[in-house]
Amino acid sequence: MAEITYLEAIREALTEEMERDPNVFCLGEDIGAYGGAFKVTEGLQARFGDTRVIDTPIAEAAIIGAAAGAAHMGMRPVAELQFIDFISCGYDMLTNYVATARYRAFLPCPMVVRGPSGGYVRGGPFHSQNPEAAFLHTPGLKIVYPATAADAKGLMKAAIRDDDCVLFFEHKYLYRRVKDVMPAGDHVVPIGKARVAREGTDVSIITYAATVWKALEAAAQLEREDGISVEVIDLRTLLPMDDEAIAATVRKTNRVMIVHEDTRTGGIAGEITARINETCFEWLDAPVLRVTAHDVPLPYSPPLEDYVLPQVSDIVAVARHLARY
Amino acid sequence: MEFPAQPLDLDAMLAFTPRSERDVPRVARPYADQLTREQRLALYRHMRMTRSLEERLVALYRQTKVVGGLFRSLGQEADAVGSAFALERRDIMSPLIRNMGSMLVKGATPLEILRQYMAKGDSPTRGRELNIHFGDLDRGFVGQISHLGDMIPVMAGIALSFKLRGEDRVVLVYIGDGATSTGAFHEGINFAAVQKVPMVVVVENNGYAYSTPTGRQTAANSFMDKAVGYGITGAQADGNDVLAVYDVTRAAVERARAGGGVTLIELITYRRKGHAEHDNQSYVPDGETEWWAANNDPVDRFIAWLRERDGVTDDELAAIDAAVSAEIDAATDLAEASPMPEPLDGLEGIYAEPPRLAPHWYRAGVRTAVEQHERPAGWGTHDG
Repeated sequence: MAEITYLEAIREALTEEMERDPNVFCLGEDIGAYGGAFKVTEGLQARFGDTRVIDTPIAEAAIIGAAAGAAHMGMRPVAELQFIDFISCGYDMLTNYVATARYRAFLPCPMVVRGPSGGYVRGGPFHSQNPEAAFLHTPGLKIVYPATAADAKGLMKAAIRDDDCVLFFEHKYLYRRVKDVMPAGDHVVPIGKARVAREGTDVSIITYAATVWKALEAAAQLEREDGISVEVIDLRTLLPMDDEAIAATVRKTNRVMIVHEDTRTGGIAGEITARINETCFEWLDAPVLRVTAHDVPLPYSPPLEDYVLPQVSDIVAVARHLARY
Repeated sequence: MEFPAQPLDLDAMLAFTPRSERDVPRVARPYADQLTREQRLALYRHMRMTRSLEERLVALYRQTKVVGGLFRSLGQEADAVGSAFALERRDIMSPLIRNMGSMLVKGATPLEILRQYMAKGDSPTRGRELNIHFGDLDRGFVGQISHLGDMIPVMAGIALSFKLRGEDRVVLVYIGDGATSTGAFHEGINFAAVQKVPMVVVVENNGYAYSTPTGRQTAANSFMDKAVGYGITGAQADGNDVLAVYDVTRAAVERARAGGGVTLIELITYRRKGHAEHDNQSYVPDGETEWWAANNDPVDRFIAWLRERDGVTDDELAAIDAAVSAEIDAATDLAEASPMPEPLDGLEGIYAEPPRLAPHWYRAGVRTAVEQHERPAGWGTHDG
């Protein structure tokens, strides 16, 4: 079996799920004949027709709201946001309508809202955001953010089959950079389970999405240059968060850093830090540290973007500090 | 069929010119004319129930038995009842706060509504939601949210599912004049129009959005005009004439069912109470609500019509009124005796499957820690 990219893995998941379940349909901007801004849905309209791959007006509230209405009636919509940055235009729909529907009105919303997220691609302020923290605070939503091609496929299939609304963040830096041979058969990765991306004993890095690869690179360097054994935890799902996996790695290494690409203040790393503090305080030999972007909108120019986003060298420096603490 | 889209004489209505139903030119009402006398009495019964149930809620509100605010539809009973009456059981509608009448038509019971307002544990939402914010897909209504305009995209999605599956069903969504200013209204209607889904949008122009008069809400001459910009059918009717409302809505529903796409119906009516009971309407010109009460009350108008054209007697009307009162009395007793919800029930039902950790473990843990000054049970759930 040949390797396929993260992007192709998502397309494969969409294709297989649309073939498996006639209730699955896609809607979004330019996803039809054009195949989407990043070509994730390329070929789907030709294969499934324009009633199952629907081009929509530029209207995120309508896309998300209509997906919710169809989901109430037992369909399984997959809504694409052209860039995940535009999810803010549907924020009201997601947080007020979709997230509350089951709780307040017993209306299920089995839907996926997916789109390209993240930086390291010189996309500038409006094509590089990581808005996941804005939704971590909303009970009723689920948030998935895969780092590998195999996870991208397996988690997308799980998201489509999930009975709740799943926000599926796809990292555009990884779209064509990472590849996997897909596991045979119906490859489904359960939502809510983290993955040990690398075993280690001295320092833990808890992260997700593109920074998983930065952490792995840093871990290799730390092992080579310092003899520090780093464990890397890929969260894969941010909501619900895998508290057991977090606790397990804290107990194992007693030194933890959290790495994410999103800005620092109010970011997910703060929430993870608080959970470790509440439940794992006795196992800590050092303060929990955060490696994140600086608190600025993500700038465009390469020297600026490189400085603002967390880099391998940042992770290495913090890991050395933790190991010596 | 074509719509009786005659513009109403709004200037006359809003200039408080008294006029009787007889003065309004007769228009053809092909659908309303097919209603049986029994169906017309059912319309009356729903309007009476709407008004009487709200009056009972006012009494309960003054006794502080209604937990939150109270939103009346006084003077608008005909538009909610007449429009919902145009739907089949399989059709789905979403009401707004002043459409209790439409929910009654769709099968919501006074007992459910009383329990909702009183926040009881056996209310349709088990105490999670307020007033008429509840739904039941089996009976064909969806629980709305307070964010105005949001139900338009959602209902467009429900209508889209009907279209994709080839189901012979129609969606009706109510929206107020104020909510037409929201982005969601525009996005949803535009999407529905492009997809040509079977949807009817009823814009209730009742003169005010909270305290803001229509002239401060839109510069358009009428809400019906907005249909032109979306490429959909527009229609307008006297919202205080229940038969006119039924007729114009039924025509739009039939059009949608036949594949004719979206219709925007503007119903001209008037909100005789404040936004909610706490609103004293200080912004309303003197005499305005009184004029509508005296000259354009939808219930009074329909009673006059039933007497004159259907030969309905005072005894018949009194019997309906008495049955309505008896039902409300019985429902009130049951609702008052209903239990309040169990607090822990409020933690359930967010997801299809419950989360792995009970979400309240830390609350119990902190309480125990404070009381016992030791590491509480349940703390360190991950302790291997």
